[in-house]
Amino acid sequence: MMRQLRTALLMTMLLTVLTGLAYPLAITALAQVIFPYQANGSLIARGGTVIGSAVIGQPFVDGKTGEVLPGYFRGRPSAAFTPGNGDSTLVSSGSNYGPTNRALVDRVTVDVAAIRRENHLAADAPIPVDLVAASASGLDPDISPASAELQVPRVARERGRRADQVRALVAANTEGRTLGVLGEPRVNVLALNLALDATVPATSRESVVATPAR
Amino acid sequence: MTSTILQDGLYVLLLMLLTKPLGTFMFRIFTGERTVLSPVLHPIERGFYRLAGVDETREMRWTTYTIAMLLFNLVGLLLTYAILRLQNHLPLNAQALPPVEERLAFNTAVSFATNTNWQSYYPEITMSNFSQMVGLAVHNFTSAATGIAIAIAVIRGFARRSANEIGNFWVDLTRCTLYLLLPICCAGALVLIARGVPQTLDAYQRVTGIAGTTNLLPLGPVASQEAIKMLGTNGGGFFNANSAHPFENPTPLTNFLEMLAIFAIPAGLTYTFGCMVGNTRQGWAIFAAMLGLFLVGVLVTTVAEQTGNPILGRAGADQGTLLYGQPAPGGNMEGKEQRFGIAASALFAVITTAASCGAVNAVHDSFTALGGMIPLANIGLGEVIFGGVGAGLYGFLVYAVLAIFIAGLMVGRTPEYIGKKIEPYDVKMVMLSLLVIPLAILGFTGLAAVTPEALASRGNPAAHGLTEMLYAFTSATGNNGSALAGLNANVPFYTIGLGLAMLIGRYLMIVPILALAGHLAAKKRIAESAGTFPTTGALWVGLLIGVIVIVGALTYFPAYTLGPVIEHFQMQAGATFALGS
Repeated sequence: MMRQLRTALLMTMLLTVLTGLAYPLAITALAQVIFPYQANGSLIARGGTVIGSAVIGQPFVDGKTGEVLPGYFRGRPSAAFTPGNGDSTLVSSGSNYGPTNRALVDRVTVDVAAIRRENHLAADAPIPVDLVAASASGLDPDISPASAELQVPRVARERGRRADQVRALVAANTEGRTLGVLGEPRVNVLALNLALDATVPATSRESVVATPAR
Repeated sequence: MTSTILQDGLYVLLLMLLTKPLGTFMFRIFTGERTVLSPVLHPIERGFYRLAGVDETREMRWTTYTIAMLLFNLVGLLLTYAILRLQNHLPLNAQALPPVEERLAFNTAVSFATNTNWQSYYPEITMSNFSQMVGLAVHNFTSAATGIAIAIAVIRGFARRSANEIGNFWVDLTRCTLYLLLPICCAGALVLIARGVPQTLDAYQRVTGIAGTTNLLPLGPVASQEAIKMLGTNGGGFFNANSAHPFENPTPLTNFLEMLAIFAIPAGLTYTFGCMVGNTRQGWAIFAAMLGLFLVGVLVTTVAEQTGNPILGRAGADQGTLLYGQPAPGGNMEGKEQRFGIAASALFAVITTAASCGAVNAVHDSFTALGGMIPLANIGLGEVIFGGVGAGLYGFLVYAVLAIFIAGLMVGRTPEYIGKKIEPYDVKMVMLSLLVIPLAILGFTGLAAVTPEALASRGNPAAHGLTEMLYAFTSATGNNGSALAGLNANVPFYTIGLGLAMLIGRYLMIVPILALAGHLAAKKRIAESAGTFPTTGALWVGLLIGVIVIVGALTYFPAYTLGPVIEHFQMQAGATFALGS
């Protein structure tokens, strides 16, 4: 018994050093050399400020009013939250609403109405479910091609461009299923909105070309 | 529709192709044969034995094996508790996070030691990088290796004749970690990083989004932890959203690889079993029964989720798959990521609960009633559909002994399995390990249903609220770790109650199983005769599936009727409920 306990203590130490320190530190060192961009979060900078990560979604609605920024494509509803105020950590989360929860129905009803209104759609126009269903992480970077197409006329109008010009940008930022079978076709909303700013500035004041952060 | 079938089909195909090579590799590892990795790793292995004072040639009786395993798990648990409580004094705490509160630290230490990885906390604002790497990820290796070691010991019980020993725990543990888990994780982590998973020790990144909001974007050594989290069927997320977080699972390809990593070792172990007992068809029969049960689950959950929620439809969310001339995911997308859609989310949910993984790439709390009942039932059955690493196989072998016992009762002959006579002692051990799971699940859920603090934690109203509590204790007892996360589990009733459920579900199941292994090893092997029930053909596979389904249905049907079944009919009728009404 005591011999086994001594072995248990020593084995715990050895395995902790190997799998808890040597392994992650070696992988970190390798990653920083081979894939520095991905290893540091696929960050994107514009005008000297880090504006986000290429794989993380962000809101394109006014922080105070909740209204969409009309010249940008909107992403999916998010239940991610920032505890405390101001400069606080982004905590990923879904809504955790069950299918018969009235809070879910109320939220969807409000969002459906807002999207129909901001896009000048008929009162019974179909809204693709992904555009009004909260994502699992609250940080979903993508929307469906259908949800992007729905917004093309609005964004084109706001930016003073033809719909087919905007549609071409959507197509350029759309990815199909991997190998034709894995996952879903998707449009990266941040990449699309950055491409819009780069070719059709929303305001003429800023430098608008985004680059991978160094 | 087509792509759904192709994606599921490709998954099953690759799993079948992986089973034999990985199973053979594990057979070589645990019988002490040389592998391609031996030239590099054998010196390290020898060094471990020398430093820890292990005589690798000396095997253990089942009692010593059990004591060694329990002591090792206890030491690891205490170490993690200490790390979590002291993380503010330890390095790699760039966000200056305070110590983890006592009860939560207990719950978390138990959770990771038992391969559960239930998380009653938000990792982004609770765990330092040191706690993640040294406190938690170490258990992802050691709890996985513990499970696999026990499975191998149980197989030896079947394979050996007139033997007193079932292996050396320290040798099994070391060889599993060195030759199996670490090499695959090193390769896997680099693939994940290449596709966009971070791996850094820097502080969180300040980000000012286009809409003008400023936040700290959490980063960390994610990839190294993600790889073992999936391969070891642990499931504890680096982030709160787990494998739904784009940093843990950025693309459909990483998602597919993560799903394969969950089932790879459990599936391979069925072949290892066949090799060790000298008849690979015995292993494939188990594989077939597991696959049959798995496919039924995938079918039900995928159809339920793609059919969607009629209540959302009436609210104006169109759940069709072609709108405005462009593809849309359709179905119940609440709590699912666009890059995965319905098919890859439903498949992931069934896999992660069939195994004792518990990683999630979608919000199980937001699944439709029937779509979410399959994950619940998968765990409740004991996670024997491929199951956790090691735990799935030894859990399944318990059912196999029960099935052969029932077959023996039907024909009135002493049952035998793999040449071992199944006697009263063996069946008693089987029943002990089978009964402890539902006892803990239903007992604790019943207690929760009459405890005000437990009820106040529900995040959803009506039948769904009961399902949340039932799922929590099912997940904890089954050492799964997935959750209906609307439930606030960071209150004393749940941190302590779930902690106890995890301990009961892990160790009170393992001890009778190791006793069974020790008892079986001591028996002679009897020759097959005309009266032996064949345990390789379709009849046997059907009997196995039947026993598992009947035991599960008899145990849980009343509870499920009050939860997901009622909710299904309410959802179809369009009924909605408000919390607190």
